[in-house]
Amino acid sequence: MRSLQALAIVAALCGIVMVAAVVPGFRPLLGIAVPYLALIVFLLGMTARVVGWARSPVPFKIPTVCGQQRSLDFLPHHKLESPFTSWQVFGRMALEVLTFRSLFRNTQSSLTAGKNLAYEPSKWLWAGALAFHWSFLVILLRHLRLFLEPVPRGILFLESVDGFFQVTVPTLFLTDAILVAALLFLLGRRLLDARLRYFSLPADYFALFLLLVIAGSGIWMRYFSKIDVVGIKEFAMGLATFHPVVPASAGVIFYLHIVMVGVLFAYFPFSKLVHLGGVFLSPTRNLPNNNRARRHVNPWNDRRPVEVHTYEEYEEEFHDKLKACGLLQEDGE
Amino acid sequence: MKKTPEELLQIQYPPPKTDWMDPTIDFEARRGTWSYPGAAKNLEYLGFPNPREWSPADEDWKLPDNWKEIIHEGFLDLLGRFRSIKIFMDCCVRCGACADKCHFFIGSGDPKNMPVLRAELLRSFYRKDFTTVGKILGKIAGGRELTIDVIKEWYYYFYQCTECRRCSVFCPYGIDTAEITAMARELLNLLGININWAAEPAANCQRTGNHMGIPPHTFKDNVEFLCEELEEITGVHIDPPINKKGADVLFIVPSADYFADPGIYTFMGYLLLLEHIGLNYTLSTYASEGGNFGLFLSHDTMKRLNYKMYAEAKRLGVKWILGGECGHMWRVVHQYMDTMNGPADFLEIPRSPITGTVFENAVSTKMVHICEFTADLIHHGKLKLDPTRNDGWKVTFHDSCNPARGLGLLEEPRYILKNVINKFFEMPENTIREQTFCCGGGAGLGNDENMEMRMRGGLPRANAVKYVHEKHDVNILSCICAIDRAVLPALVEYWVPGVEVSGIHEMVGNALVMDGEKERTTNLRDEPLSGKEE
Repeated sequence: MRSLQALAIVAALCGIVMVAAVVPGFRPLLGIAVPYLALIVFLLGMTARVVGWARSPVPFKIPTVCGQQRSLDFLPHHKLESPFTSWQVFGRMALEVLTFRSLFRNTQSSLTAGKNLAYEPSKWLWAGALAFHWSFLVILLRHLRLFLEPVPRGILFLESVDGFFQVTVPTLFLTDAILVAALLFLLGRRLLDARLRYFSLPADYFALFLLLVIAGSGIWMRYFSKIDVVGIKEFAMGLATFHPVVPASAGVIFYLHIVMVGVLFAYFPFSKLVHLGGVFLSPTRNLPNNNRARRHVNPWNDRRPVEVHTYEEYEEEFHDKLKACGLLQEDGE
Repeated sequence: MKKTPEELLQIQYPPPKTDWMDPTIDFEARRGTWSYPGAAKNLEYLGFPNPREWSPADEDWKLPDNWKEIIHEGFLDLLGRFRSIKIFMDCCVRCGACADKCHFFIGSGDPKNMPVLRAELLRSFYRKDFTTVGKILGKIAGGRELTIDVIKEWYYYFYQCTECRRCSVFCPYGIDTAEITAMARELLNLLGININWAAEPAANCQRTGNHMGIPPHTFKDNVEFLCEELEEITGVHIDPPINKKGADVLFIVPSADYFADPGIYTFMGYLLLLEHIGLNYTLSTYASEGGNFGLFLSHDTMKRLNYKMYAEAKRLGVKWILGGECGHMWRVVHQYMDTMNGPADFLEIPRSPITGTVFENAVSTKMVHICEFTADLIHHGKLKLDPTRNDGWKVTFHDSCNPARGLGLLEEPRYILKNVINKFFEMPENTIREQTFCCGGGAGLGNDENMEMRMRGGLPRANAVKYVHEKHDVNILSCICAIDRAVLPALVEYWVPGVEVSGIHEMVGNALVMDGEKERTTNLRDEPLSGKEE
């Protein structure tokens, strides 16, 4: 049900864009106004989001520790799973952000023979997520060739690696295939796994459908309709240099691609996609497990005095009992 | 427990047809899976709002008229004070990695025990009340109107989380359900909603210095009684100092250790150890609680109860503090105490007077875990040990949630165990260390009215114990947590009869060869030693 809601919204968006793109008068709006607007919303929205997070303090140092602490010399300290120094935290974060360390740990529990619990390693989600995020990043970087002249060497190198197999004309980029496969896998598991389907929200499907439309339209233009790349580059350079001109040769699918990318960017700061920034700020991951060695200061600690029960109050209440059992320390003792 | 293990194992994992956004819960039908509410007298003593007598099964929970406003304002306040909750509300992508990591989900199949949905119970309200998209789009954006039924649902599920943090290990963003549960409990507290098994110990602790409500003279009696037992078993007379000014070390243990079986054997082990090395230490009646049930109520309550540790250390003029075996106690001591009630600049950097070891990992908080202390003693050869006295035990070690995922205290207890016993067997790797499973009774849920849920939540732990019990004939489950020692006996009795529960220092106490002791024929439980049976 929730998946259909999301599908309907994405389909409606596609419909509107494709109809509008047929009308030449709307094209500057779709090709120029939407990208600029989306970028502004993205930048302002993400800034507001991150500033919003940062405005709340981190009152306590609460790392989730996943390895042996640094304590006694003869016990091997696990520097990445229980970081003690800032560099070790950096290492833990790098592992998390670049390789999805925590997802790699994933297991699947099952009750076998109706009585024995087993926890098998389960790497599919990790593989799918990693495949999606890395191929998305490579594709994003490859698109820089449209906005930069001369094209930086790093981008050319990336392309040559990505197109290593040279199977189709134009050369198939592996990441294009991986991205679509990964998205279909992520969508498939959400639809087919009853448990996931149970708690998935329309937003979870929306992002996947949106990305599939973006990937599909891009692939269509590159491999099938074989869009005039020179014309697109002129358009992109125009956007980048603030002299935008709509490309003469581009068709409806091109506008679909551009607008849906715009929708993705504009939607980003208001959605779960903010995990891109949030992962860096998660206090269970980005803080060292050196709690007893370095005091963590809570900025509002002193502003929230609590009512404590002092020893004097305690002694007053239990005076006779303390005295009777010889535990009362008289003054001057 | 009316249901048999076989009945409890009929777990339905496929989710129901109903939408999770429907909050309705039939408390009457679900007796055995929830805890009784905090009694008025305890709320009054703690100065909590809205003290009253009520039951979750009642239609009317006697909430203040402006309850909605209180929750809204309360959440706004939390968002302003805790970055964690903002991040955890915003970043979840519902990837599902956490779904089957919760012991309560594994044991019950209830989809709202999937950490992701437990968080969504709060997140749906957050979206509706605090995000632009949620305010406009409502349900389609995952927003949910706050109703009395949602409050009741929060009570049920946020008191069905033991704050064990296992899910947080697997979350790609480290989203910590313990943090979310803690925030939800803070909110519920504002309406006078909490559970008695947390509120009563907290009220007791505020007044008497310990959760059990033991007054000073009874404390002394208990200690003396255990010393008499010890003398009978070992022939060694011990007279532990209490409230002694000028001792080097203040020793604070969870109150269950000097109150109830099997914690008392661990306490006897502590006393033997400290006597053996001749440490100049003291116990305290005012700070007679290591644990802190405030952690299960609110940050402020945690701070109030924790205050006594440093205050007593200062009053007695000790150099540093040694802490006993307790799980959530160490979460508080390690991750909260210094920040809340420090700096402890009146104490000295902890240094073992026996080995000279400086505890570099505790230079600021100045409190050392007894497993760190004892492992160091053993490493330096300062203890005379006879592990064969433990040969009657085939031991496995249960990593308690907080020492494992809060401290990374994984190797110290294993190092100790391997030096004081001969027969040690690990449970399967996905059930120990940072992936350890909760006992099912943490965070205030270890009460008897919640027994069915305890047995369900404890199933993954018990099942791993059963594995080593059947494979290696393991007959004792050792742990470093007082809540474990209180709730695991019932759990293993239900799922794995024939397995006992102990602390690490009970094993140490059995193995310690004391100066001037008589020939030992029994262990600290007064049971014949292996090979010494009559």
